[in-house]
Amino acid sequence: MKDIADSHVTADGRTIGGVLMDMRGITLRFGGVEAIKDISFDIREGEIRAIIGPNGAGKSSMLNVISGFYNPQEGEVWFRGEKRPPMKPYQVARLGIARTFQNIALFEGMSVLDNIMTGRLTHMKAGMLAQAIWTGKAEREETENREAVERIIDFLEIQAIRKTPVSRLPYGLKKRVELARALAAEPKLLLLDEPMAGMNVEEKEDMSRYILDVNDEFGTTVALIEHDMGVVMDISDRVVVMDYGRKIGDGTPSEVRNNQDVIDAYLGVAHD
Amino acid sequence: MNTADLGRDVRSVPHLLARNVARHGGKPAYREKEFGIWQSWTWAEAAREIDAFALGLLELGAEVGDHIAITGRNRPSLYWAMVAAQKIGCVPVPLYQDAAVEEIAYALDHSGARFAVVGDQEMVDKLIDAQAEGASLHHVIYLDGRGLRRYDHSAMSSFADVQDRGRASDRRADMDALTDARTLDDTCVMLYTSGTTGRPKGVVLSNRNVIATSKNSAEFDALRAGDEVLAYLPMAWVGDFIFSIGQAMWTGFCVNCPESPDTMLTDLREIGPTYFFAPPRVFETQLTTVMIRMEDAGRIKKWMFDHFMAHARRVGPDLLDGKSVGLFDRLRYRLGDMLVYGPLKNTLGLSRVRVGYTAGEAIGPEIFDFYRSLGINLKQLYGQTEATVFITQQPDGQVRSDTVGVPSPGVELRIDDNGEVFYRSPGTFVSYYKNPESTASTKDPEGWVATGDAGFIEDGTGHLRIIDRAKDVGKMADGAMFAPKYVENKLKFYPNILEAVVFGAGRDRCVAFINIDLNAVGNWAERNNIAYSSYQELSQHPRVLMQIEEHVNAVNASVAEDPMLAACQIHRFLVLHKELDADDGEMTRTRKVRRAVVGQKFDDLVTALYDGSSTVYTETEVTYEDGRKGKLKATLDIRDARVIPVTAPRMEAAE
Repeated sequence: MKDIADSHVTADGRTIGGVLMDMRGITLRFGGVEAIKDISFDIREGEIRAIIGPNGAGKSSMLNVISGFYNPQEGEVWFRGEKRPPMKPYQVARLGIARTFQNIALFEGMSVLDNIMTGRLTHMKAGMLAQAIWTGKAEREETENREAVERIIDFLEIQAIRKTPVSRLPYGLKKRVELARALAAEPKLLLLDEPMAGMNVEEKEDMSRYILDVNDEFGTTVALIEHDMGVVMDISDRVVVMDYGRKIGDGTPSEVRNNQDVIDAYLGVAHD
Repeated sequence: MNTADLGRDVRSVPHLLARNVARHGGKPAYREKEFGIWQSWTWAEAAREIDAFALGLLELGAEVGDHIAITGRNRPSLYWAMVAAQKIGCVPVPLYQDAAVEEIAYALDHSGARFAVVGDQEMVDKLIDAQAEGASLHHVIYLDGRGLRRYDHSAMSSFADVQDRGRASDRRADMDALTDARTLDDTCVMLYTSGTTGRPKGVVLSNRNVIATSKNSAEFDALRAGDEVLAYLPMAWVGDFIFSIGQAMWTGFCVNCPESPDTMLTDLREIGPTYFFAPPRVFETQLTTVMIRMEDAGRIKKWMFDHFMAHARRVGPDLLDGKSVGLFDRLRYRLGDMLVYGPLKNTLGLSRVRVGYTAGEAIGPEIFDFYRSLGINLKQLYGQTEATVFITQQPDGQVRSDTVGVPSPGVELRIDDNGEVFYRSPGTFVSYYKNPESTASTKDPEGWVATGDAGFIEDGTGHLRIIDRAKDVGKMADGAMFAPKYVENKLKFYPNILEAVVFGAGRDRCVAFINIDLNAVGNWAERNNIAYSSYQELSQHPRVLMQIEEHVNAVNASVAEDPMLAACQIHRFLVLHKELDADDGEMTRTRKVRRAVVGQKFDDLVTALYDGSSTVYTETEVTYEDGRKGKLKATLDIRDARVIPVTAPRMEAAE
């Protein structure tokens, strides 16, 4: 792998490895609208990387480029030292990238457990026939997958709603179930689209703790988009700031916080 | 109680463990739901786990007499840690997991604990903070290592690591010698009582206290190996220690630990315990849930539920008590059991309950009767930490909502001149740790302990009835007993009444302030199209007053049945125009009425209640939530309640 040499250890003792994902000169257009203009940044292995910016800055588009949902007109996406050709989202998922959605996208009629089990799809090898006649292999695989899911349920402390249909859950819990489903895929890179949107303070604190714990316990690299500046600054290692499709800042939370462009664009100066 | 009664080799809890391994080795001793599956350990397996941990503690340098703090949610490993500590002569000190850091720091410091076994990161953090406040721990052991990876591990290990060290240890002979040296007089456990005043006190209970009490109470209810309990109440509470360690070890029944606090009700349903304990709150919540869900049920189901529940209320308790019930009623009950009671009990997870207990506070008679009428053998007991739980309990067939039962086996009761209840029993605590003054003032040289509660022993049945906290009980002008809380509790059992304050000490008759429950009364008003613009208006609405008057009359009738307390009937009452509030100093933060403050503040109202006027105008200063002060003005109606003459012929307890 490229760049593995320059790994370092953070102040709180986590190891940040080499470049996991490298976005090089990404430009994304919808017809005449340039949603993303020539943006480059990288995501290192083991870090929590945030993408922030005001409404319409192109954050979600960027996340969709990373997840392979959009193919940029210009620029290259490098993943684990290799240039990634245009791909279908399911192919990206197989590479080890999982995501949650801004507007929760769960199967409302299914139980929490079943929803999380769908996250194991990429780990199921038995064919449809083997599944249907429930051969030894299929059964063993189901047990293994269920065990993995139960560990995640335990980790996210959602045992009490294991059998509850998702439609009956409050918003904050649905967000947690989405995170659980993404984790079930055992991703190398976890993409979170506004994980804290619409949450109250307590739910935000819980979610922050889970994100930190996921990163810490499983060593999962996290890239997240978030509106809530406070949360982002608290939990991220590095932050990319976007405005009108351009990158206007990139660095540690304290660097970004002191960047005049960022202050002007994001925090606003024109109120006086 | 001498040693012979307990069996020759039974000198401590670890001895009971060894006995259980010999008797029930292959039967389940502990279960815990983890990863969605009930994991179980037999007695033999549990004993091996306990041995490994005990040896691990020895390797870490634990010495005889060390105190070991234990805290976390109910998990087999924590129960094992307690027994392991006992095996090597250490004293387990379970602490409340939700205690504040200062409380934990105090307990650690006071007990001089050198080790702590805790559940997870949250507790470890509290211990670290507590150590910053002066507590000094030699080693911390945690069960769940999540989030702890990067903590300084020089004085911290995981439970599994300590067990691994134990398994590799060559000090088994040392451990066995230590276990063998345990005697009935050694300390079994130390439990901190919250205490309403001052610092918490460490109640020292000996092996004799715990084992004799466990034996007596287990025999009282014929508990046996094969029974199942759900361990979900705080481990620091004496009840949990007796149920999940004392009685479990004595009888060899199985202790089941829920997956998480939130899954308790699901786990309850899956386990279907045969022996179940819950504070009234749990039963209340379950009943409310049932009622709300029945409101949403279809017409036929609703009719069936109402019809058969009415029948159950009529004959269910008698059937449970083994009284004679007509054949037709029996058959109808049987049918009801098939259609309603059985499925309902199953939903509640109470199908298999043979012995159920509630204690801690007064339980509403309707709630109590609801469960009894379903055929669930719910009983009451009265106890405290200093008595190793049991003082009185209700024998099967003699269960009533208004008594707390007969003295438990081996317990002697005495009521002193002021009506305060004293007891002496094999479970009477040894002492308060490092507090000889309190020990001496609580337990006299002959071993009698003051409960702080006033009560009396009912003629004929020998049941104890608790009236009130002893310090609240007073005398009326004519010398009759005045027990305000007793009457207030009866009033508060009505959903419409949130609070009640009864006055009458030193007076010739009793009067009361009532607070309506805005939820219940507001709900009723909505259903009956009664418009109101404020709490004050609703509280003075004639129909509301009429309802409250009916409640007061009913309470009077019930109080009058009791010759000793008949004088406490309420002659006049008013409904307060504001809710009693902790912000205004009328209540404590734990929602206990400050009787004296209320009496002083509403002095004008008390006067009006006694001088015979029919309305009273009052102005009250209130504090708003943002701290501003304002004045509430109101004219309150004063109502006369129906009082049953005290000289009426005595009614024998005919319930």
